[in-house]
Amino acid sequence: MLKTFRLGGVHPAENKLSANKKIEQMELPSQVSIPLGQHIGAPATALVKKGDTVKVGTLIAQATGFVSANIHSSVSGTVAKIDNVPDASGNNRPSIIIDVQGDEWEETIDRSETIEKEIKLDSKQIIDKIKECGIVGLGGATFPTHVKLMPPPAFKAEVIVINGVECEPYLTSDHELMLEKAEQIMIGVQILMKAVNVNKAVIGIENNKKDAIELMSNVAASYEGITVQPLKVKYPQGGEKQLIDAVISRQVASGALPISTGAVVQNVGTAYAVYEAVQKNKPLFERVVTVTGKSVKNPINVLARVGTPMNMLIEKAGGLPEDTGKVISGGPMMGKAMPNTNSVVVKGCSGILVIKDLEARRKEMSDCIRCAKCLSACPMGLNPTYLMRVSELAMYDEAESNHIMDCIECGSCSFTCPSNRTLLDYIRLGKGKVGAIIRARAAANAPKK
Amino acid sequence: MNNKLNVSLSPHVHSGNTVSGAMYGVLIALIPALCISFWVFGLGAVIVTLTSVVSCIFFEYLIQTIILKKKVTITDGSAALTGVLLAFNLPSNLPIWIIIIGALVAIAVAKLSFGGLGNNIFNPALVGRVFLLISFPVQMTSWPKPGQLTAYTDAVTAATPLAEMKFGLDHSFQIQDLLLGMTGGSLGEVSAIALLLGFSFMLYKKIITWHIPVSIFVAVVVMSFVTGLNPIEQLLAGGLMLGAIFMATDYVTSPMTTRGMVIYGVAIGCLTIIIRKFGVYPEGMSFAILIMNAFTPLINTFVKPKRFGEVVKNG
Repeated sequence: MLKTFRLGGVHPAENKLSANKKIEQMELPSQVSIPLGQHIGAPATALVKKGDTVKVGTLIAQATGFVSANIHSSVSGTVAKIDNVPDASGNNRPSIIIDVQGDEWEETIDRSETIEKEIKLDSKQIIDKIKECGIVGLGGATFPTHVKLMPPPAFKAEVIVINGVECEPYLTSDHELMLEKAEQIMIGVQILMKAVNVNKAVIGIENNKKDAIELMSNVAASYEGITVQPLKVKYPQGGEKQLIDAVISRQVASGALPISTGAVVQNVGTAYAVYEAVQKNKPLFERVVTVTGKSVKNPINVLARVGTPMNMLIEKAGGLPEDTGKVISGGPMMGKAMPNTNSVVVKGCSGILVIKDLEARRKEMSDCIRCAKCLSACPMGLNPTYLMRVSELAMYDEAESNHIMDCIECGSCSFTCPSNRTLLDYIRLGKGKVGAIIRARAAANAPKK
Repeated sequence: MNNKLNVSLSPHVHSGNTVSGAMYGVLIALIPALCISFWVFGLGAVIVTLTSVVSCIFFEYLIQTIILKKKVTITDGSAALTGVLLAFNLPSNLPIWIIIIGALVAIAVAKLSFGGLGNNIFNPALVGRVFLLISFPVQMTSWPKPGQLTAYTDAVTAATPLAEMKFGLDHSFQIQDLLLGMTGGSLGEVSAIALLLGFSFMLYKKIITWHIPVSIFVAVVVMSFVTGLNPIEQLLAGGLMLGAIFMATDYVTSPMTTRGMVIYGVAIGCLTIIIRKFGVYPEGMSFAILIMNAFTPLINTFVKPKRFGEVVKNG
């Protein structure tokens, strides 16, 4: 039986143009630019300087503090400089720029094709290995994985929930990864289970990927404790809270951590990266990226090194079409529209989506007709049109008491609004302000040292 | 690359839902009832509907261009919808000049003076209807007998089923007359089957949800038992179906949460039966809806949607 989350949700046109396209190896660029902040938390601290030679997999920047992640070189060559480079949002970020020479890997990395099934490390060693290899959540949020595997002592992990949902339209990188690396993903899931000491894992996959459900179910049969749960196609099922609700029917209370339900959620891509890190000693320096769009000549899934310019990926998919109006890093519902195509592939980049000019423009907004479509679309059970109004009027107390901070910014409200109202834009604004007010209040109420 | 890229916040795609799509959807759902009214009341129904729709669109255009100097919104279908709904609430022998006054009140007073579509507190068509009912009580309560296809203001009138029930007259109608529409009454309200057909269409197209109409029906049945009326007759007679399906479900003037919709629907159902049983008018649907329109902002303030992680027990 198909399960799904209980509140709200929408069903955008799926447009999985690159489905069942084999993962192609992306050519090496002549220069890469590797940002120091590719994850949620503090940016890493650079360990190399201009002129240093590095190999593929060399640690080039170290995690700064607990919520941060190591960064490894994705190429071999010489460090050209450490400089500010605009990221996908157009903000300058410190990055390590490396001139590529050859493709020489660190000797510690096992590059063989053999599948290592036996897990030799214990729980603590696994988490250390994951931390050392700079693994972050590859679903897009890029939260450092080792932090998620060490829940606060008050909570006990009961089940691993693996996100194979890929509910964003257009994107197919997780789908293709499941089809090609099912065995490795299962071992990765087993490693995660061992890391948090649970004996149960559920892989949630939406029903528009029937081939992946079948294959993953067959492979999972020979792994104890791992099951595949087919899910009804509904956005935003890949949201952490929605996925927990869909798969194990538990809801995270407002403001609580997802671990309070006993679930540790990881993406299939992350599970694969964990397998590579723990069994093959390979740090996270490359990932599968979908390059797609209705006007794109040849939509593809490619395995690209971190730091590869997006231009190169778009060229491989047939080049940027003339009528392009928007280029998005990620999917159409939550991705970021980029000011240009010069930014680079980072750990959290699941796709590059090209949108035609006419589709890229927003339609004119008209008055709210109180049809309540946004209320029934909201997966968090909020009143988006009211939150937009109070944010617009700077009534932040009202926004806070109506739980604006619960918003997961999935965009279902703006997607569904018949008046084309910019609901999520204003809600984001309100969230920013309310968040600042909450932090200021906490600081003022904190006991003085 | 020679062209500039568009940068905006997510989401980057839209469902394609539009305001006019919803309005035209409701208009399509009204077609069965419209056909029945032409079949039952003939020429009169055609004249009343045309006059009402044309004057509603005309007044909206006139006021938006000359007085408000704002964008003209007659193409969104809302003025046409108000026109059809107003006509559906009028007897088919109503003189043209009275219909025009009703349309003016609906569009100018009830809709545009509040700021246009989305900002009105009361359902415009109902405000127009009630204004006429109070101002022209004689013309507004003399309903032609069905089946006079070529008659207009000269049609022979007769008591409506609700009036017969209220004032203890002999029943001249059968239940199947109420279902098909072969009774006296306002032109759009007579056939329950045609209106229910429109209801299923709107449910299928997800234009409205079931909550408001169904809670009105349930409240009417329960209240009929309590007050000793015949629940089936109360459900099918008068403007109850039309009001519950097309008037009470107006987006702008009804609550936004499902819990709020149920409260609103139950209150309308109860008020309708109370007015029908104890009030001076045989029909209470319009008043009940307008009273609850006034309570809608209050319901929206106090009834919040069910939040994620709030009600559901983990297990």
